Amino acid sequence: MTELEMSTVTEQTTPMRQETMVTDTTETTSTAHHVFDVADLNVYYGDFRAVQDASLTIRQHEITAFIGPSGCGKTTMLRCFNRMNDFIETARVEGSITYHGVDLYDPAVNATEVRRRIGMVFQKPNPFPKSIYDNVAYGPRLLGVKKKAELDEVVERSLKGAALWDEVKGRLKASGLGLSGGQQQRLCIARAIAVDPEVILMDEPCSALDPIATARIEDLMQEIKSKFTIIIVTHNMQQAARVSDRTAFFTTEVNPDSDRRTGRLVEFDRTKKMFSNPNDQRTEQYVTGRFG
Amino acid sequence: MALVSPSVRSTTQERVREGLTRRDRNVAGLILQVLLLLAVLVTLLILFTLIVRLFAPAAPVFRERGFGFLTGTIGSDPDKVGIWPGLYGSFFIGLGIIVIAIPLGVAAAIYLEEYATDTRLNRFVVVNIRNLAGVPAVIYGVLGLTIFVGWLDPITQGKTVIAAALTLAVLVLPIIIITSSEAIRAVPQGLRDAGYGVGASRWEVTRDHVLPYAAPGILTGTVLSLARALGEAAPLILIGAITGLLPSTSLDGSFTALPMTIYSWSSKADVPGSVLGFENVAAAAGVVLLLLVLFFNVIAVALRTKYEKQRTGS
Repeated sequence: MTELEMSTVTEQTTPMRQETMVTDTTETTSTAHHVFDVADLNVYYGDFRAVQDASLTIRQHEITAFIGPSGCGKTTMLRCFNRMNDFIETARVEGSITYHGVDLYDPAVNATEVRRRIGMVFQKPNPFPKSIYDNVAYGPRLLGVKKKAELDEVVERSLKGAALWDEVKGRLKASGLGLSGGQQQRLCIARAIAVDPEVILMDEPCSALDPIATARIEDLMQEIKSKFTIIIVTHNMQQAARVSDRTAFFTTEVNPDSDRRTGRLVEFDRTKKMFSNPNDQRTEQYVTGRFG
Repeated sequence: MALVSPSVRSTTQERVREGLTRRDRNVAGLILQVLLLLAVLVTLLILFTLIVRLFAPAAPVFRERGFGFLTGTIGSDPDKVGIWPGLYGSFFIGLGIIVIAIPLGVAAAIYLEEYATDTRLNRFVVVNIRNLAGVPAVIYGVLGLTIFVGWLDPITQGKTVIAAALTLAVLVLPIIIITSSEAIRAVPQGLRDAGYGVGASRWEVTRDHVLPYAAPGILTGTVLSLARALGEAAPLILIGAITGLLPSTSLDGSFTALPMTIYSWSSKADVPGSVLGFENVAAAAGVVLLLLVLFFNVIAVALRTKYEKQRTGS
């Protein structure tokens, strides 16, 4: 793809989003807009193939869950969507991931710009060692927002969006590290949505949290789903069943070339179907707790 | 009726009490504890001796001379000498380290840790930097004499404080790179991920998150290297620091530094009839050098505490 084509596609994404949002809020079906199309994705760490031949589609304003046993490549796959794997020197991606039709791994694509549009929430809450306010304002400041009134507004909107505002509005200048684990994770969500991304990737966002904090994050995901497209990696099948519209089940297979196990996408379908009447026997065994 | 009789219960209680209250004579453990304590005591004793050995002969100098000792120049009469040329030289050496070695070293560490890929060439570079840190100081003197005094004479004007500052900057550069690298490597990956996750570029992540988090470690390393450079005499001997007479101080003329002054006075014979001996003025110069290094350490500790507070959010 040439640079000219690239720029036109990128410019189109924002208005397109507005347009599709109207239709999508009423109907989240297969007609929803494709945000990502993954085709024959292979991810390698050096010689080791972590993900093999995965293909799936992420639809707009849906929550897509990646489930599967440890080492099945679901986190590796998630980190391909915003090119976080770029920082692992040995990591290599083959096949294609397109974002609104643009190949994310095209050499002309600016990975930093990708990460602004496709935000991420990590397994372990990782607020910056700064104040609550500065945590949320960091992204907007990078984008050149300088006026205090504007920043105040973004911070308040983002913290409200992450259902944290009422708990912290009196101590915005306090350090983000002084919050509880669940609050820290919601602060990270606020920080992610402050730059107004289109997609939020969540890598086991509740694994370090207690059930009450987990329930709050899950409720929050339902609330913000109308504004964002969410992909969540989770170890918790009940969580996938509760929150997601579609589920991708990954498993590990012994690699014929080596002793190491490679991640394979087994099945990808609507969550209801995956948990009630999956096509693949391995999916059924996993979701009923007989395997993995 | 398998009840435990009172007598059985009391014997059980006795046995358990005996078992729980028994004290083992752990001889090996006791010996080790004594040895460890001894190690601490020996260190304290050495420090105490050093302080007494330094401060006792130095006291009369400060009593007799006062500020005159700081502003006077080096010479052959211990009653009249002062350390001004040494202070002047050491000040500019310290300044040279701060403006040359620290930025260069920290920049190299940032490159090696945040930008460089893990190639064979880069590993070779890192191994060599580590080796450079182990090169004896006197070898750096040879290097300084050849490069900064010889080849770069048009810039340094030969055997000047500029050449000395450059030489000592090169001497501490590997130490700064290594300690800064270690501090940068200790930054949690989650912090970098968080920055990248909101669309920060590599430089923005380094500037806003990695460097502030690594700052306490970098500061410790740089201050230690500054102290090391200020105390180094061997390379200065080779570069040609003055030990005899130095009537005027300048950047482009002859120079000396505090450790050189101490070194030359320590080996000088006392002048008959003088109140103070060279032993006294050497000790007094040592006290000044010690206080100077201590001063830098206090600043570093203050800065480190400030950054660490920020890092833990307290």
